[in-house]
Amino acid sequence: MTLFIQQVMNGIMLGSVYSLVALGLTLEYGILHIPNFAHGALYMVGAYFTFLLVTALGFSYWLAMIVAMAALALIGSLVERIVYRPLMLESPLNSFIAAIGLIFIFVDGALNIFGPDFKRFPPLNTQVFHVMGATITFQRILIVAVTAGVILLLHLFIKKTMIGATIEATAQDREGAQLMGININRVRMLVFALGTALAATAAALIAPIHLVHPGMGGPVILKAFVIIILGGMGSIPGAIIGGFIMGLVESLSGGYISTSYNEVFAFGVLVTVLAIRPTGLFGAK
Amino acid sequence: MEKEVRLFSIRRLIYLLLLILALSLPLYVTSRFFLHILIMCCIWGIAATSMNLIMGYTGQVNLAHGGFFGIGAYSAGLLMLKLGFNFWPALILACIITVFLGFLIGLLALRTKGSYFAIGTMCFNVIVTVIIENWEDLTEGARGLLGIPRPSSIPLPFGLEISFSSMASNYYLVLFFLFLTILLISRIVRSMMGRTFMAIRGNEELSESLGISAMRAKLLSFLISTFFAALAGVLYASYIGFLSPEISDYHVTFELLIYCLIGGLGTMAGPLIGAFILTVVSELLHGVPFPRLVAYGFLLVVITIFLRGGIVGGARLLWSRYSLKGKR
Repeated sequence: MTLFIQQVMNGIMLGSVYSLVALGLTLEYGILHIPNFAHGALYMVGAYFTFLLVTALGFSYWLAMIVAMAALALIGSLVERIVYRPLMLESPLNSFIAAIGLIFIFVDGALNIFGPDFKRFPPLNTQVFHVMGATITFQRILIVAVTAGVILLLHLFIKKTMIGATIEATAQDREGAQLMGININRVRMLVFALGTALAATAAALIAPIHLVHPGMGGPVILKAFVIIILGGMGSIPGAIIGGFIMGLVESLSGGYISTSYNEVFAFGVLVTVLAIRPTGLFGAK
Repeated sequence: MEKEVRLFSIRRLIYLLLLILALSLPLYVTSRFFLHILIMCCIWGIAATSMNLIMGYTGQVNLAHGGFFGIGAYSAGLLMLKLGFNFWPALILACIITVFLGFLIGLLALRTKGSYFAIGTMCFNVIVTVIIENWEDLTEGARGLLGIPRPSSIPLPFGLEISFSSMASNYYLVLFFLFLTILLISRIVRSMMGRTFMAIRGNEELSESLGISAMRAKLLSFLISTFFAALAGVLYASYIGFLSPEISDYHVTFELLIYCLIGGLGTMAGPLIGAFILTVVSELLHGVPFPRLVAYGFLLVVITIFLRGGIVGGARLLWSRYSLKGKR
């Protein structure tokens, strides 16, 4: 029972991080149809930003997280402007190749600047709680709480503000939105700024628990793609629920069966769902 | 589409020259290193050409291709090492095994469309790699398969034989299979079957309304491309002699996709040009003082932005401008 509770807690923690990354990706891929495989590399850059701000410049953890979000929002919108906008009218496959190029640039760049070794955060939020025999560190509770807050803010932003409405309009019908006078180029840059800021948040949250290294984005981006397909392209609730499903499947199968077949279970879920519903859980027919 | 069919059109002349060049290369390229690069170019050329059939001509973004390459390579390696098979039967059997697995995967994956198909097949690719990595009793896991033999000699009448011990003979072997692949796939593309594939690429619903069974045609294209991916894998396994799980990784799929796109997707020459140029470029970049992969990344981004239709697309654009000028 203790093992079960522990694994569920871990699953929720992992699921929060996956949800944040997948939310950013579902905006970029689901709404703009840009298969931004470089999303994971930007997540890694966000983790390095937070790490360096805390260790080298002595920022507090929260301030570092906010600065990293802002910096990544800027990088994300620049990536859209410089790399993806010229490819706007081409097949998504072209953007896919450009994204792979970006991965090489960011990951190998980080490898050359920071070296291949794993960076450890100075101890933060080390309080420990015991719930029904399971141990939970304060950082893990923080991850879930911040994720819930960010999702709420995102929801309010999209549903209640004018700028949010332009994103939703673009998602529903791009030509229609353009005819209503919405500047698609601005929406694209905004979506990228938002998406990469979400990835940076996720990275800043998980970095004190997992270590920071140049390859950290790879496995996460694969899972994020699986999550948004699992939930249905462009569906925000789909990305959130898909993220938690993925986190729980991963931690429960890791706890009870084997960690080496981790990915088989995680990706097997998608294969099973697609076999039953070819357009994902929340996808339109 | 040429209207005039002459015996000596420019196109045929170019093909003939290329054929002579390819056949005579080992006469003046004696460096083992260059021959090695050429052999790798041919193997990746086969894999990229086969990917082009499902992706470029049928319009299905199959991201499990590297997985099939790996399954082919591992099946051949295991058949030869563990069951003591000869190279030639192992080649055929490995392709059959891969096509059978491809049939099971395709049946499931082809129910989905567009991005769902792309990411779904990518999942299969990851699952294949994880299984190869962890099924240690069968595949030796991360240690890899060592000592896969080169093809056995083919006996000829009068006591002669074709042996595959020298680099040049290995080059001719992969070149033969590359020509075979190009010949068969270009035949398929020009046949009624190829037209069906392209109709599905254009508009699946519309093609179904014309009485095409889209599922059957897609599955067929998927299986043919799987077959040639396995062939490339078998050639790789026996040439390199060593296999590790990374050879089935999704990174291999991405690399093949890059070859197809940089060269020009949906053209016969594109994937070959892409495979040859990028294999050579990544070898040449070894001498660059700048971080190699960062340079490669910049190259990919710049080429995709400025050369939309790939190298073949760019060349066609130039050619049409040139011929327009001539007519004026």
